Amino acid sequence: MTDHPETPGGAPEASDAVGHRADARTAGTHTLAADHVSLAYDERRVVEDLSLTIAAGKITSIVGSNGCGKSTLLRGLARLLKPVGGAVLLGGEDIRTLPTKQVATTLGLLPQSPVAPDGITVADLVGRGRYPHQGWFRRWTAGDDEAVADALASTGTLDLAERSVDELSGGQRQRVWIAMALAQRTDLLLLDEPTTFLDIAHQIDVLDLLVDLNESRGTTVVMVLHDLDMACRYSDRLVAMRDGRVHAEGAPGDVVDARMVREVFGLDSLVVPDPITGTPTLVPMGRHHRG
Amino acid sequence: MSAPVTVPHGVPDGADRPGVDVARASRHRGRVREARLVTGLSVALVVLAAVGLTLGDAAVPLSGILDTVLGRADVLTQFVVVELRLPRLLTALVVGAALGLSGALFQSIVRNPLASPDIIGITQSASAAGVVGVVVLGISGLALTGLVLAGSLVAAVAIYLLAWRGGVAGYRLVLIGIGVAALCMSVVSWVLTTSDVRDAQAALVWITGSLARSDWSTLNPLLVCFAVLVPLTAFLAPRLRSLELGDDAAAALGIRVERSRLLLILVAVGLAGSAVAVVGPVAFVALVAAPIARRTLGDGRLALVPAALVGALLVLGSDLVAQFAIPDVTLPVGVVTGIVGAPYLLWLLVRTNRSGRGG
Repeated sequence: MTDHPETPGGAPEASDAVGHRADARTAGTHTLAADHVSLAYDERRVVEDLSLTIAAGKITSIVGSNGCGKSTLLRGLARLLKPVGGAVLLGGEDIRTLPTKQVATTLGLLPQSPVAPDGITVADLVGRGRYPHQGWFRRWTAGDDEAVADALASTGTLDLAERSVDELSGGQRQRVWIAMALAQRTDLLLLDEPTTFLDIAHQIDVLDLLVDLNESRGTTVVMVLHDLDMACRYSDRLVAMRDGRVHAEGAPGDVVDARMVREVFGLDSLVVPDPITGTPTLVPMGRHHRG
Repeated sequence: MSAPVTVPHGVPDGADRPGVDVARASRHRGRVREARLVTGLSVALVVLAAVGLTLGDAAVPLSGILDTVLGRADVLTQFVVVELRLPRLLTALVVGAALGLSGALFQSIVRNPLASPDIIGITQSASAAGVVGVVVLGISGLALTGLVLAGSLVAAVAIYLLAWRGGVAGYRLVLIGIGVAALCMSVVSWVLTTSDVRDAQAALVWITGSLARSDWSTLNPLLVCFAVLVPLTAFLAPRLRSLELGDDAAAALGIRVERSRLLLILVAVGLAGSAVAVVGPVAFVALVAAPIARRTLGDGRLALVPAALVGALLVLGSDLVAQFAIPDVTLPVGVVTGIVGAPYLLWLLVRTNRSGRGG
């Protein structure tokens, strides 16, 4: 397992066809699946007997109400949480039987709240994403420089390389963290609420960036998102979770309607087509505004 | 390597992709900064060491030091320098480096500037074991070193287990460590108050941290520990660089988080414990060394080597001040490092409170 050459032009062919296994072959990337996975914190079971195949080369968003287990599922998929039942399969093999450093060359994760050491420069932080590619006694190679440069360039943070992460804006900082995950050069990228704490312009900015990555490198993107509208607009596939189980799964247009929103979020709403993209958009109703 | 470092985003020189030059230049600059600091600190250490060797009851001129190095000094000079002063000097250097390194490791492992071995109970447990060894068991030398190391390891494991809740979070570890520190200090007080006055006197000097008793026989076990633990630190440093980014980020980078953290803690405890075993708990060196090194660099690098050198410089300098600043009065080195370090701790606590960042 050495450096992966980027998969060129792995852009998903425009198709609404609900993810078939065929995708995995055409995109030529690693497959990730949950096979009857149960996840728990201490005694409390959060995810229960969940099976899911992540469509390779696509963007998948996991949505659901607070506490439905979506972040837990993502941590389970990223091997940060050991399943109490079932297994997460990477390329068909139980992810926990694979050397964790080797997994890190295939699967990257941007956690919800990573920590930037005081005063660290952008280039240094992004460089730390190279860890899985380096040997026992860390040796820096020209390939590492290239990966860092690529990551900086594709996230538009090249000009920030020398800056201290502390002094960046929230949006810039999130780009830098994504760059760190990109420097890892993985086929699969998992992100836990990458747009939280960002204003609307920066949210769009980060999501656009993820689409760029998906289209130019064929990176499989899996993210937990709070905002259903954004999830519909930016994902090829949607996984709606409820009480630790998959409630609905498929292309946003097929999955999202008023009934699904009521069942998953417990909210009455009107679902209308997004005037720009045609994807479903939520118009929520509260107790006071029911039209 | 020697590419001009003035290109924010110019034409790539020989680089085939955009930005490779920027990435390389940035990394290069970071290394140059660290190399400069390491060079500066090393020069300061050599100067201070040379001055230190000349000072004392028998004045030895600088040329005498040089002669000794070249092996052509007279027997008396040779004896004074090699047998009397060199062990003390080397002990100061190694103890300082070990404490500086230990503090740097703890602060990065726990991600908290308060987490140094003298705050979270490692040094105190070593003191307790040492006082019990000196006063109750009447042991010294290698046996004492072993007991002190064992004591600090037991305390570290206890702190780790008490702080464990499906993983170890930094703040909990610091708080539990402070509790263990208090417990150990009461053991020290109890032993001192119940012991014979002369024993208590000897133990008291030891727990303030003193280099007065250092000779080759106390230095050698320390050198052995240092020689084992420093390569281990170098081996674990890349993992620590990932751990600094948070447990989840580190795990995503392919680190076995808890195992790596435990290994790093054991190495850091070993460094602090072996230093304390020889000279007693020299206060605050571990707390301030790494922050001084990092603040000087100002770029958030791990900076383990500079931290070790700052530690060495602090202990060596403080020992010279302790011996020679006040004529006819020799203070334990720990008094001087305490005077330097305590204000920093206060500043850190005040700043932490104000910014509400919990360190």
